[in-house]
Amino acid sequence: MSTLEIRDLHVSVETKEGAKPILRGVDLTIASGETHAIMGPNGSGKSTLASALAGHPKYTVTSGTVTLDGQDVLAMTVDERARAGLFLAMQYPVEVPGVSVANFLRTAKTAITGEAPKLRTWGKEVKGAMENLRIDPAFGERSVNEGFSGGEKKRHEILQLELFKPHFAILDETDSGLDVDALRIVSEGVNRAKETTDVGVLLITHYTRILRYIKPDFVHVFVDGRIAEEGGPELAERLENEGYDRFVGTGATMA
Amino acid sequence: MSLTTDHSRAVADGAHSHSFGQGVVPAGSRAERLTSFDLADIPVPTGREEEWRFSPVARLQPLFAAELGTDGVTVEVVPAPEVKVETVDRDDARLGTAGKPGDRTAVTAWNAFAQSTVVTIPAEAVASEVTAVRVSGVSKDATAAHLLIHAERFSEAVVVVDHVGDALLTETVEIVVDEGAHLTVVSVQDWADGAVHASSHRSSVGRDGRLKHVVVTFGGDVVRITPDASFTGEGAEVEMDGLYFADTDQHQEHRLFVDHGQPRCKSRVTYKGALQGVGAHAVWVGDVLIQHHAEGTDTYELNRNLVLSDGARADSVPNLEIETGEIEGAGHASATGRFDDEQLFYLQSRGIPEADARRLVVRGFFAELIEQIGVPAVQDRLLASIEAELEKSMSVITGEA
Repeated sequence: MSTLEIRDLHVSVETKEGAKPILRGVDLTIASGETHAIMGPNGSGKSTLASALAGHPKYTVTSGTVTLDGQDVLAMTVDERARAGLFLAMQYPVEVPGVSVANFLRTAKTAITGEAPKLRTWGKEVKGAMENLRIDPAFGERSVNEGFSGGEKKRHEILQLELFKPHFAILDETDSGLDVDALRIVSEGVNRAKETTDVGVLLITHYTRILRYIKPDFVHVFVDGRIAEEGGPELAERLENEGYDRFVGTGATMA
Repeated sequence: MSLTTDHSRAVADGAHSHSFGQGVVPAGSRAERLTSFDLADIPVPTGREEEWRFSPVARLQPLFAAELGTDGVTVEVVPAPEVKVETVDRDDARLGTAGKPGDRTAVTAWNAFAQSTVVTIPAEAVASEVTAVRVSGVSKDATAAHLLIHAERFSEAVVVVDHVGDALLTETVEIVVDEGAHLTVVSVQDWADGAVHASSHRSSVGRDGRLKHVVVTFGGDVVRITPDASFTGEGAEVEMDGLYFADTDQHQEHRLFVDHGQPRCKSRVTYKGALQGVGAHAVWVGDVLIQHHAEGTDTYELNRNLVLSDGARADSVPNLEIETGEIEGAGHASATGRFDDEQLFYLQSRGIPEADARRLVVRGFFAELIEQIGVPAVQDRLLASIEAELEKSMSVITGEA
């Protein structure tokens, strides 16, 4: 049983005009096995929260704390956070030319667990996980994310979620750009990870569509860099019907 | 750090193609460049000349001299069983057929060598093993050396020329590929730190012949290689690949010239380099000339540089001169980029420590090119050399000893 605690988190991004505050005091506690959906209009700071938790150098934490079972996450390097059990499924996964998926997965798994996975069982595990996500085994020989379609990139992110078995997974708009089939396959992968590893999930999304496949225990509405309203799954249904209008009043809708 | 990509700067990381009438006219047209076997025709450069403007001429000065010794290097050859090796005097009629010297170090090399090593792959022979030529520096006396690699008609072979030790060497490597022969030549510059090496590679490829020419430069103080390729018959093909890794204060220069003077020939040039440390300087110049009667020419050249740390400089200058519109294709691409922070973040966010993440990215940068070389023994060595460079580089990049 692990706990990820975010307390009064303030985050800025560097711009030409100087530091621009994006997050203005985020409070959130996630326990193992829980699924928290973070919803909100564009520009509300959802993705900034994801990137800041993973330690992206573009973002500066100006105040607040993030702890994982009491450990100071903000003091850790990006790779230390991952080894501590945080995983970020990125909205725009990065191409790494010349590095094969198979090599990348093995290298990362080795780094996370501190020892090289057993060759035979690892091969089987990767193959099985790829089959579950309908990923062609030939992908193993391709360069990481290079020439992948949008759907392939997202499935590759969830493949990592299943193989790396993190304590907490942040899914940054994993549903964006997916057709219904891909959305279902990706959601099944997240649900498998929840069942088999008790991972705590922070599901960041603009739409309620994915919540039909991945049931949240809690829904948080993000507006202007902080949580404006919290509730259970019923809050998502309300957003589905009403959109974000009552939070922002600028005509932002669920689209 | 400074990045220079000359006119390719306009297309930060893009490829573009030229068609007839739109070709960039380079500062020094290759069609008009003087070539000669006569020392008097090619004076000692000042450094202001087009072909020397990026070079550290002071460090190369000993190799500009008219009088050079011949004892600074030894040459040993371990041939494939099918391959013939001779040492011949400079008046041997087979020498000097693959083109004329095009710059000062090429002409001093031609004028000073006493004997040449000649590696011959007899007609229709298929070499069963790699032929290994080892050029070893034994003193720092300025030295000239000459090597001829001749693949007779329909023969097939791989020849690897290694350069090791410390030397002051100006060298000619003549490569003659006869009709229908397939030859791979790999020249590895794995010199000790202080070596200064100029080398003129002059190749001629006959009808339906294929030459794969690979240059690998890791070591040395100054290494300046000028691979020229020309065609003597139709339907010939050259693939010229290069891989270099410049460290602190190293100057590595590769100037290529592909002279399309025959119809329906094909050329592909791919050079990739990494740079790290203050004063690391890589220069790549790729000249391609498509003469007016070379219809059906198909050419493409590419140079990529990966700058791993501050204080390194890469110059990359592709030039195309096109004298006919009847071509299959002609294009080039050049890009010099810094290490990509987003790639690093992605890999680190998967638990991979920064140093390992950098290694992965650099290996990845070279991986495709190494696979393209197609000689397993050479590929394994290259991977090992890159690993060794990366070991060195980690202290530069991370600032740790």
